Amino acid sequence: MISSHLPVLQVVLPLIAAPLCLLLRRSSLLWILSFAASLAAMIIAWLLLQQAGSSGVISYTIGGWAAPWGIEYRIDTLNAYVLLIVTSISTVVLLAAKKSIEQEIPQQHWPMFYSSYLLCLTGLLGITATGDAFNVFVFLEISSLSSYALISLGRDRRALTASYQYLVMGTIGATFILIGIGLLYMLTGTLNMHDLAQRLPAVAQSKTLLSAFAFLFVGISLKLALFPLHLWLPNAYTYSPSIVSAFLAGTATKVAVYVLLRFIFTVFGADYAFSVLPLTEILMLLAVAAIMFASISAIYQSNIKRLFAYSSVAQLGYIILGIGFLSVSGLTATLLHLFNHALMKAALFMALACVLYRQGDVMFSNVKGLGKTMPWTFMAIVLGGLSLVGVPLTVGFISKWYLVVAAIEQGHFVLVAIILFGSLLALVYVWRLVEQGYFHNSEEDHPRQEAPLSLLIPTWMLVLANIYLGIDTSLTIGAAEQAAQMLLGQAGGGSP
Amino acid sequence: MSTFIDLYNYWIFIFLMMVGFYIVISQGNLVKKIIGLNIFQTAVFLLYISMGKVKGGTAPIIMAGDVSYSNPLPHVLILTAIVVGVATTALAMALIIRIRKAYGTIEEQDIHEQDASL
Repeated sequence: MISSHLPVLQVVLPLIAAPLCLLLRRSSLLWILSFAASLAAMIIAWLLLQQAGSSGVISYTIGGWAAPWGIEYRIDTLNAYVLLIVTSISTVVLLAAKKSIEQEIPQQHWPMFYSSYLLCLTGLLGITATGDAFNVFVFLEISSLSSYALISLGRDRRALTASYQYLVMGTIGATFILIGIGLLYMLTGTLNMHDLAQRLPAVAQSKTLLSAFAFLFVGISLKLALFPLHLWLPNAYTYSPSIVSAFLAGTATKVAVYVLLRFIFTVFGADYAFSVLPLTEILMLLAVAAIMFASISAIYQSNIKRLFAYSSVAQLGYIILGIGFLSVSGLTATLLHLFNHALMKAALFMALACVLYRQGDVMFSNVKGLGKTMPWTFMAIVLGGLSLVGVPLTVGFISKWYLVVAAIEQGHFVLVAIILFGSLLALVYVWRLVEQGYFHNSEEDHPRQEAPLSLLIPTWMLVLANIYLGIDTSLTIGAAEQAAQMLLGQAGGGSP
Repeated sequence: MSTFIDLYNYWIFIFLMMVGFYIVISQGNLVKKIIGLNIFQTAVFLLYISMGKVKGGTAPIIMAGDVSYSNPLPHVLILTAIVVGVATTALAMALIIRIRKAYGTIEEQDIHEQDASL
């Protein structure tokens, strides 16, 4: 019965494929193996989402050791939804990886690249699937260590310092999480999240619990690049190979947001988390600061990858803002924007991979006249940018709409204004690109040379997903609403 | 006062953690930063090890009679964290070697100046 092993299979498949990559030399074989592993994980994630939707929680005990003692994988709608985001972004990005990697990374590093990529995927899927707090730390380090290696593969030597900076900050964040988990274990003697959730109310008055919560919150926020702990992100996204930027922008921070949600709502419980700290105010303040500061920074960038990296920090602000409302519509907006932001940023960074492939760099001077020389690539950038702004008929509109509704529900009209102002700022930096691409001609007369189809097709798959899921929202909204209700249902007391 | 002394292992943990953290922040030399990071991580290992220790407890081996033994689980957990720490250090050292090759220096200040002058 293979279907009963699905929860662990999607983590194990990329884990097995990763070392196999080191045995292969041919680019096409490496690519086929990685793509197959990622595709299989995506199909499993899809099946799990169906199963979790119909039968509720799927519990899988590793090695048959019963739950509070052994490691349990616990899949509910929220997990399955995040798993689907991670695996689908990873699979589509891998479609384009072969061509882009062959150009950007020296040949002797190809096996290492695919191996690290799959390990990173393993880590991200493991964090999402597991129901064990210490397991989260282990998988977090697997994904982090491999992403440091991936970033350092960039051509620019600044990739090395960016990777180093991320390593130092990421390790501090992970160690904070480790301290938090240790303190939880001291209090309760258990590491299983579900078990923790039942035992923590008994020690709710303890100062140790408060410090555990604080350590976990700061540690996860570092991984999530929550303003002002985002300093590692712009450099890491800018100097890493373009495929890696697209992959990390679509997945790594999203999984960190998931971990935050899991700890706040499932382990500590919203009642505790929002009463012991002024969490609503903290989250809203940081989110607003992220939206304003990062959007304004994005406007002044001359490197387009850096521009979109800052815009990622701003978009994470929107995601965090939704948590602060502590309402079903707020959380739905958060979860929707997790998916939608992953789609748009992956699409944009993939389009930049096309630009980089032809132009060799992604400075503003490189996009001059791009509307004529690379019309399809540039069109993808424009559509992705519009989605970022939140124009109707794109996914960006859907999540902003839910966020505004959540803000109006609670009478936060200042926040509504800030959300809309943030969109205006996004319009400014997207317009700067449009202007360069369509209304300026490059000095030299370039012939029309579009990016190769193997890069263009995956990019457009993501762009079309941006539009399709902006019109037919039943898949994303259905899952997001169900997961939001589940999270808040737990907050109301009792377990599902 | 006596609780203060009884909990000395936790004070050592906090002291080491802060020392390590301070080194990471204050030092400009990339290798020294990693050393600070190691002290920081080692402090957390001590936290885990001391939380598992039972006073007067032995190693968790089945013996005749009722013996109290230390909780082995935190010790096992921290073995994993030690491995992670070693891997992090190795990766950081490899990065530093490549930074040295690319920039000719491992001082943060010099690297910033070289990047800024581009």
